[in-house]
Amino acid sequence: MIKTLLIANRGEIALRIVRAARELGIRSIVAHSSADAETLAVQLADDAIEIGPPQASKSYLNAEALIDAARQYQVDAIHPGYGFLSENADFADAVHRAGIIFVGPSGDIIRRMGDKAAARRTAKAAGVPVVPGSEGEVPSVEQACRLAEEIGYPIMIKASAGGGGRGIRIAGNREALMKQMPTAQTEARAAFGHGGVYLERFIPQARHIEVQILGDGEHVVHLFERECSLQRRRQKLIEESPSPALDEATRAELCESAVTLARHIGYSGAGTLEYLFDEHRREFFFIEMNTRIQVEHPVTEQITGIDLIREMLLIADGKPLSLQQSHIHRSGAAIELRLNAEDPDQDFRPSLGTIETLRWPSGPGIRIESGLYPGYRIPPFYDAMLAKLVIWDQDRPAALARARRALDELILEGVTTTASLHVRLLADPHVRDGNVHNQFLEQWLEHYQQEVSA
Amino acid sequence: MTETALKAPFPGVFYRSPSPDDAPFLEEGQAITAGDTIGLLEVMKQFSEIPAEVSGTVVRFVVEDEAVVEAGQTLLIVASDE
Repeated sequence: MIKTLLIANRGEIALRIVRAARELGIRSIVAHSSADAETLAVQLADDAIEIGPPQASKSYLNAEALIDAARQYQVDAIHPGYGFLSENADFADAVHRAGIIFVGPSGDIIRRMGDKAAARRTAKAAGVPVVPGSEGEVPSVEQACRLAEEIGYPIMIKASAGGGGRGIRIAGNREALMKQMPTAQTEARAAFGHGGVYLERFIPQARHIEVQILGDGEHVVHLFERECSLQRRRQKLIEESPSPALDEATRAELCESAVTLARHIGYSGAGTLEYLFDEHRREFFFIEMNTRIQVEHPVTEQITGIDLIREMLLIADGKPLSLQQSHIHRSGAAIELRLNAEDPDQDFRPSLGTIETLRWPSGPGIRIESGLYPGYRIPPFYDAMLAKLVIWDQDRPAALARARRALDELILEGVTTTASLHVRLLADPHVRDGNVHNQFLEQWLEHYQQEVSA
Repeated sequence: MTETALKAPFPGVFYRSPSPDDAPFLEEGQAITAGDTIGLLEVMKQFSEIPAEVSGTVVRFVVEDEAVVEAGQTLLIVASDE
């Protein structure tokens, strides 16, 4: 039985886990850096422990300090949240060796699905479609050129150890591939300590659609999809469910493929399988799996009514999955708007400051996930995300109208955020019609920046 | 000789080299020209190169590599001829 939980994270996700723990009667301890002693998660947790200085490398990424803290409080489990050590297989193993439950899958599964090439092989073995590409790493330029003829251009050169959009190059033809391949290998070695790269067909104007799953090591269920095509530099800005691009048959097929893959590996915990959806060919391809909770998980919670963090804790506690697929239904539409401390009019420059006035929107269908409060000073050391506005309504047009109403009600002074960008994006006819793809936002922003400077 | 304190334009984490495996941008005793990069400042995972405002010679670094700095905090001292 998990009685005490160490939360190895910060910001809104630490707060989200504190809340889930409280509702389950679990005592929560927030492990925090010296810069985060005043956060709302620390204030609302049952206890808190400082694990190091502000720099993440010396605090939130310091496995030893976290395990020491866990021992000191004799916790039963550690929840890693997202980012930081959440997908670090060695950390999961170290937690396990210390006799503590890691809230997530085993180190072996994290390792297997965290390595892109290995994840791809696993998906193929499970019969899940993947983007046409090389079988594992490609050692030589000659071999790459030969393979590229079969796969087709444009082609992506991707670092096996990369992630979050880093370590990717696109070659439009043979000459470009011959030139970029050695550079990509060198870059991969420098950035990730491993120079291995693989090849994949590049699908222009693809949609990013992902499937949420829960598994207990044996049984796996899906909680439908989320569409996250609106991204800038591979960072999601708006996520929603259901995806406006899927018909029921494709949705069922997509979600079933995610369940098949997760079941194939005996997945335990909450996980997300990311796909590219080629809308023109009506084809979807598995690209990677995130073996942790994701930022945009509330979108799924709003349409299914299921608390994903609670389910994670119950699974980690060794309880069999209580949910059956036939009992999971979706209702209405949900959309998440990320408020980042960035100035959209100044090329997303980080905006630092102290929160002065704060009035959250409220009323029907509005959920705020944020650790902000008036007087809170935003530390410069971490991610720029300050809040998530999660909006639910009976259908997509109603949810968008409600999202606009939420932004109208919001007052957040002291720091510049992406709120103004959301106002403009929600007014765009393409966004309104759900007619977007994963390069849409960057192209849209180019026009937007021109208008701002004009 | 005048000594000028080069300061952090905003708060963040100061790095003396472009990456952990690289040599520092500057060493003490090295000559610099206005506009040369003195280090990186990381704010919310974004890295900005900090340019020197004056030309001269680096007398000493006041903060260490990976130090947490406040806006206006002195990073290093430069000696100039004028």
